[in-house]
Amino acid sequence: MPVVKAVTCPVCGCLCDDIEVTVEDGKIVKVKNSCAMSESKFLGYGGHRRLKPLVRKNGNLVETSLKEAVTKAAQILAEADYPLLYGWSSTSCEAIRVGLELAEEVGGVIDNTSTICHGPSALSIQDIGIPTCTLGQVRHRADLVIYWGSNPWAAHPRHIERYTSFSDGRFEQNEWKGYMSKVKASNARKKFESALRKVLPKEGVPAPSTDSKDPYPALLKQGRKLIVVDVRKTRSAEIADYFVQVEPNKDYELFEAFRALILNEEIDVDKVAGVPLEYLEEIAEVMINCSFGVIFFGLGLTMSTGKLRNVDAALSLTRDLNMRTKFMIIPMRGHFNVTGADTVFTWQTGFPYAVDFSLAYPRYNPGETTAVDVLLREESDAALVVASDPIANFPKKAAQHMVKKPLIVIDPHMNATSQMADVVFPSAFVGIEAEGTAYRMDHVPLPLKKVVTPPKGVLTDQEILKRILSEVRKIKASSSAEAA
Amino acid sequence: MEQKSRLRVTLITGRTIDQGVGKEQGKVSEVYRDNVSICYIDPSDLKKLGIKEKNNVLVLTEYGSVVVKAVRSLRAPHPGLIFMPYGPWANAVMNPDTHGIGMPSLKGIPGEIQSAQEKPMLSLQELLKEQFGK
Repeated sequence: MPVVKAVTCPVCGCLCDDIEVTVEDGKIVKVKNSCAMSESKFLGYGGHRRLKPLVRKNGNLVETSLKEAVTKAAQILAEADYPLLYGWSSTSCEAIRVGLELAEEVGGVIDNTSTICHGPSALSIQDIGIPTCTLGQVRHRADLVIYWGSNPWAAHPRHIERYTSFSDGRFEQNEWKGYMSKVKASNARKKFESALRKVLPKEGVPAPSTDSKDPYPALLKQGRKLIVVDVRKTRSAEIADYFVQVEPNKDYELFEAFRALILNEEIDVDKVAGVPLEYLEEIAEVMINCSFGVIFFGLGLTMSTGKLRNVDAALSLTRDLNMRTKFMIIPMRGHFNVTGADTVFTWQTGFPYAVDFSLAYPRYNPGETTAVDVLLREESDAALVVASDPIANFPKKAAQHMVKKPLIVIDPHMNATSQMADVVFPSAFVGIEAEGTAYRMDHVPLPLKKVVTPPKGVLTDQEILKRILSEVRKIKASSSAEAA
Repeated sequence: MEQKSRLRVTLITGRTIDQGVGKEQGKVSEVYRDNVSICYIDPSDLKKLGIKEKNNVLVLTEYGSVVVKAVRSLRAPHPGLIFMPYGPWANAVMNPDTHGIGMPSLKGIPGEIQSAQEKPMLSLQELLKEQFGK
């Protein structure tokens, strides 16, 4: 059986490129090295799939020919005054490029999923700048790793194993063994205590041991340290050497407290964001004393109160720390090519997301030209959604306007958005059935492989977009010829 | 009718590994539905409201309400904090306000929960029908 090695996984922003896929009779039968999400995608992508384009007739979606679907979609886009072109982060850079051309041609607004993800981070980075590096640098050099408002265990399952604490770096050791012995010791202690409770009378039993006796043993340890800051004790937090439980919507205060401590300023309160000050002092000490620190931040910052201002504080903290030691910061990007979407948008238009072509030149004003705002103001009069599911992931009010107007969907899967659509194009899975380029969360471009051939008649996102674009151009040319 | 006790909570949405596995299987798959139409609640809060695991619970915010299944949180203690995985059910109660930067507020939303044994949980189809009429 042929085994395809070094396949890049098209699921999350980690873009793990060590996946081994076994193919039998044109089907994937086995995957190696992948996480639960990746395995689910490689082995289960074929289910819940339609293979023919659909159009809505008399309220129902019915199968149609590709030609008719392309004509219908092109008509909708060519007739619209202000169409919204949304999605893009789960397709290849090549398809995104065609999408931008289409947006310019139809004079619409084009936005990618950064808008409800790390959009605020982009704004903040434009304001403050970002001291950053690649994940390879982190793997080999970082001796302090902080995950803030992100839960890699659930969202980027192999991030810790490939790039941070549990990876074998050239200059830093893998902490896996230490973690395992910590888990074993803790289990043994729990067993011992429960046995004691059975044997001894109630009053003679020592209280279950907590970390409060010796609050900071982990921070004194040698080697790589892992700190997690979150509102809940997530699985990632359980792996961490120390966990800081911040109160919801209080991240900004906590960052500013750290900044004050790092600049040797006095803080007059006992607690900041629910965390005792003395504990913060210990952590600030660890931050200053590391030789290469890195903060990975997630949507815990961009989606809660303060949004971009939380990221401002995170970037400023990193800048301050660079006066004392070396510190980097990297956003944990979700979809596998959301970084690529930002990058291609920026090459082509100068702006990373929320680009408005209605004046024939690219204009960028987040808050006005961002997808959710365009929908809430009920300004768009048609929408094209590529490789995304906004009906499931936008707030209800925004999604309701999208459904009211003609909606075209290009997506390999059926989802909530395609069920609401007027034209649906099933497409090939990029990274499984189609080649392409994607950008990892640290802006490293990686090739996506074609492992199996797509079902007959199913085209790639790029090809479908090219056909729609050429049809739109034909319609525009004939209508301008008529006008003349 | 007897007024049911409600509990004021802060609603957080986010990723779970099961939601991730479900979305890759397909957004119309049962795995996806089962893993996103839920709400993780602190055991002490479940006790206060007399809700048992897998019972239906009504989540209310200023922006809407939705019936989901209650799940005892393994990440406790976090009294007063509930967690819903991203998905159509969570978005029924999200704050659409973007504060002028394009980003709706999807974490840290004030809300309330109450037991809703008698109310049915909607399927994806029913939820879409209710919200969008299609």
